Amino acid sequence: MTSLAMKRRRASATRMWTQFRSSRQGMIGLAILAVFVAMALAAPLLSDMRELNPVFARAQGNPQWAPPSEFAPLGTDYIRRSVWAQFVWGSRVSLFVGLAATVLTVLIGSVVGIVSGFVGGRVDGVLMRVTEWFLVIPFLPLAIVLASVLGRSVWNIIFVIGVTSWPSTARLVRAQVLTVKQRLFVDRARSLGARGWHIVNRHILPNVSGLILANATLAVPISILTETTLAFLGLGDPSSASWGKTLEEAFVNGAMTRNAWWYFLPAGLGILAVVLAFTLVGRTLEEIANPKLAERR
Amino acid sequence: MPQETIDNLRVAFGLDQPLSTQFLYYVRETIQGNLGISYQSRQPVWDEIANAIPATVALVGISALLSALIGTVMGIVAAWRRNTWKDQAITSGTMLFYSMPDFWLGMLLLVGFAVVIPIFPVGGIVDAGSTETGLARLLDMAHHIFLPAITLTLAYLGEYALITRSSLLDVMGEDYLTVARAKGLRDKIVRRRHAVPNALLPVVTLAAINFGFVLSGAIAVEAVYSWPGLGKATADAIRGPDLPMLQGLFLLFSAAVIVFNLIADLTYAYLDPRVED
Repeated sequence: MTSLAMKRRRASATRMWTQFRSSRQGMIGLAILAVFVAMALAAPLLSDMRELNPVFARAQGNPQWAPPSEFAPLGTDYIRRSVWAQFVWGSRVSLFVGLAATVLTVLIGSVVGIVSGFVGGRVDGVLMRVTEWFLVIPFLPLAIVLASVLGRSVWNIIFVIGVTSWPSTARLVRAQVLTVKQRLFVDRARSLGARGWHIVNRHILPNVSGLILANATLAVPISILTETTLAFLGLGDPSSASWGKTLEEAFVNGAMTRNAWWYFLPAGLGILAVVLAFTLVGRTLEEIANPKLAERR
Repeated sequence: MPQETIDNLRVAFGLDQPLSTQFLYYVRETIQGNLGISYQSRQPVWDEIANAIPATVALVGISALLSALIGTVMGIVAAWRRNTWKDQAITSGTMLFYSMPDFWLGMLLLVGFAVVIPIFPVGGIVDAGSTETGLARLLDMAHHIFLPAITLTLAYLGEYALITRSSLLDVMGEDYLTVARAKGLRDKIVRRRHAVPNALLPVVTLAAINFGFVLSGAIAVEAVYSWPGLGKATADAIRGPDLPMLQGLFLLFSAAVIVFNLIADLTYAYLDPRVED
């Protein structure tokens, strides 16, 4: 890439950050995210991973079903494990699955959208029929069936979410590519002899990347909520427990009737905070990419 | 389990055949309306599903109706009183409910109103061992449906509020509203007769499309309240996994979405004469 193009991209990133910084909701979302990402990264410092092992918990002499007043900071569960440890380590799994599934979703969606919009013709027709087919299939039952057949692992969950949730991204990106393609600078590049890949890379991508970024940020909450629901229904990875898995275990083992609020509140609040934060950041990015939206909000 | 029993079961469910044969058999039988036999209950899948349909339709119907009504009204208030405290309360409230897993909201309401303050039952559709009939039975059911219906209503109304709000904001800039005001019409009448009817078009479509999706959206909430509908049947089938049951449910959920999409298209064309294809 030429230094001129690099400079322009850096300048546009700086401009975006300046706009982002002036948005209160965006900065609040970013602050919440920073806290949770820091927690996920620093998990080994915050809690001993062995606390997740019921044998270790018993050997430590942990009490069973202890409220936070008896076992700091968040009490224990039905097999004496620290709820704090599950919260800290669960944040890693939930964030990782949410982000990885979103990367897959956006990757498939963007490739389909760009190819479909840019190439057009019969390719567009075929790709859009496939997209519509995925769009009408109810997404959660499809994810459930796939996850049941594939088996319970983190990577399968990521695959299942990615494969089922890309169509809306594809449609959005395609629409944007179609409008960008009509612009004069694309004609100019073409008449100067530019080939398809060059045009996509230099002229189309920079003009849809803001939209893709906003869409990706707004797709993370959906990925996280889907992972949570799948885990709650018993399709989560048994060896690496997410927040959704914690909620499932709490529910199945009778935390509700015991009113063991310390067991099911932290994980749910964690999901709520992370999903809300991504939504706030995503809406801000969306308003930057499409200033007309801000007037309607 | 002895090997002989396992072999007999495999033969009984046709699992000893090659995958291609199994698939052809599945397609042929499905077209004829035979969805197979459930692994868990050993009953025909279609019977199991048919038994579960009324409970889900009741629960989803009530919550879809309530969330559409309340959500739309909230959206109208928020748009008409844009940037006031009412708008801000509605917008942030709906975002909060959107951000929590629906089943977790269900768990909170369950603990709050069935355990800590036990005014509602913890689950099921009627009291265990109840032999009541007629009106008493209906009241018992209403008592049981209350918490799951409120959970789903809260979970879905945000979407309606946001769509209505942004659709009404679009309409509010239009010239014909200025004309209506210039004629001297009161604010209330401008809103009711001129702004809202046009703004509701996308909401009607959303409602129809949503109803198809909501059928499958209640899976986790039904599991929380042991509500004996399609969602709980799905949750139970996952534990097996009871694959014939899951296949049948998936087929039904997909069919529901397609049918309600069609209904949405038809209603839209009827309500908005500008759409003519």
